[in-house]
Amino acid sequence: MIEIENVKKSFGNLEVLKGISMTVEKGEVVSVIGGSGSGKSTMLMCINGLEPIDSGRILVDGTEVHAKGTDLNKLRRNIGIVFQQWNAFPHLTVLENTTIALRKVLGKSRSEADEIAIKQLKHVGLGDKLKVYPSRLSGGQQQRMAIARALAMSPKYMLFDEVTSALDPQLVGEVLDTMRLLASEGMTMIVVTHEMAFAREVSNRVAFFRDGLIHEIGSPKQIFESPERPETAAFLKSVL
Amino acid sequence: MFGTSITWGDITFMMTGAGLTLAITFWAMLGGTLAGMVFGLIRAQSPWYVNYPMGALLDVLRSVPLLIQFILFNSFQSIAGLNMNPFVVGCVVLAAYTSAYCTEIVRGGIGAVPVTTRKAARSLGMSYWQDMRYIVLPLGTRVMLPSWIGLTLGVMKDTALVYAIGVIELLRSSQIIITRKPHEALVILAIAGLIYFLVSFPVSRLGAHLEKKWREND
Repeated sequence: MIEIENVKKSFGNLEVLKGISMTVEKGEVVSVIGGSGSGKSTMLMCINGLEPIDSGRILVDGTEVHAKGTDLNKLRRNIGIVFQQWNAFPHLTVLENTTIALRKVLGKSRSEADEIAIKQLKHVGLGDKLKVYPSRLSGGQQQRMAIARALAMSPKYMLFDEVTSALDPQLVGEVLDTMRLLASEGMTMIVVTHEMAFAREVSNRVAFFRDGLIHEIGSPKQIFESPERPETAAFLKSVL
Repeated sequence: MFGTSITWGDITFMMTGAGLTLAITFWAMLGGTLAGMVFGLIRAQSPWYVNYPMGALLDVLRSVPLLIQFILFNSFQSIAGLNMNPFVVGCVVLAAYTSAYCTEIVRGGIGAVPVTTRKAARSLGMSYWQDMRYIVLPLGTRVMLPSWIGLTLGVMKDTALVYAIGVIELLRSSQIIITRKPHEALVILAIAGLIYFLVSFPVSRLGAHLEKKWREND
């Protein structure tokens, strides 16, 4: 369970998160929508401690992420994250990209790591690209590799940060399919996205971020069909 | 030989000098690179109150002419009674000088690795040092290598300045022969130049080869 309690965060004078509270239960898929600069991505970076917070707290399975003495390296093994810019390691092959953390962080042997990685890469449809360097892959393939790389660590949670925003339109589908598959397997996911159809179809709940606050949160049906707040309706109207 | 008055003895003398040139280059690059990596790592992640004095100190090493550094350090060590031989003095001074340049190369290489790539590494549970070792340094090396090769070739030529503290390396040995056989000056200098080239060429080829190999993956 991920519990976010009244989290505030500023970059310099700019307050990006103005008191966010939200709980994500095990097995739940929560989509986060909203305009750019509304704090969606920042919140994801705070959940795995890549960004510090100013006040409030975030608990992952009861462990306070930003508490002194929390072993973030250990915590992060349970939280996979996939970024907008897929961030492949360009000096490593697809297989090596996927095994490096298994071997160096979890201390698995090469054969053990290869076995896990190959299984995950096949899962995302990259079984034939093991020895290829990321530069030879399309954006969609690199993004699926990034998903496999995160999944190989067997995380309990997956965070997706606008993972299709930087992709060519014809490549978006393959990445969304991979995420659909994951959701159907019961992975707990927080998905920051601009893909409204996807959010509506896959999510258990949808959160609308506005100005560093959760403006409205509810079932996809509620948010998309009968939003309570006029700003939610206006935002949906502008993107749909 | 070659219809000149240059003897095998002269050539052997020059080769001995060339050996010293290589030895000083080797130790200076080894020491300078190791120190430069440490300083570069520190500079890449330190707050201004560490970075500023450190940068100033390294700037001194980079801006004071090497010749002066050799003479000053040599005088200092003999006053301090360290009894270092000129070869060691040469290596130490040149290593310090090299480290100042190498620090900036390493800092630049680390800075060239995108923050987002490093975040991806950390998000997989890698520690700061694992990220450094498996992601940042291998990637940064691609950026650092051309400058580092250039530095190596430059340092090799800078070794000529150790004549000031009495080390007879390649250029100094050539000059000694020229004082004895002034009419052969051009031939002797050509031979010395050829030796420098023969040593530098493989180094720069190696650099070019590695760059090409890495580029194929990018």
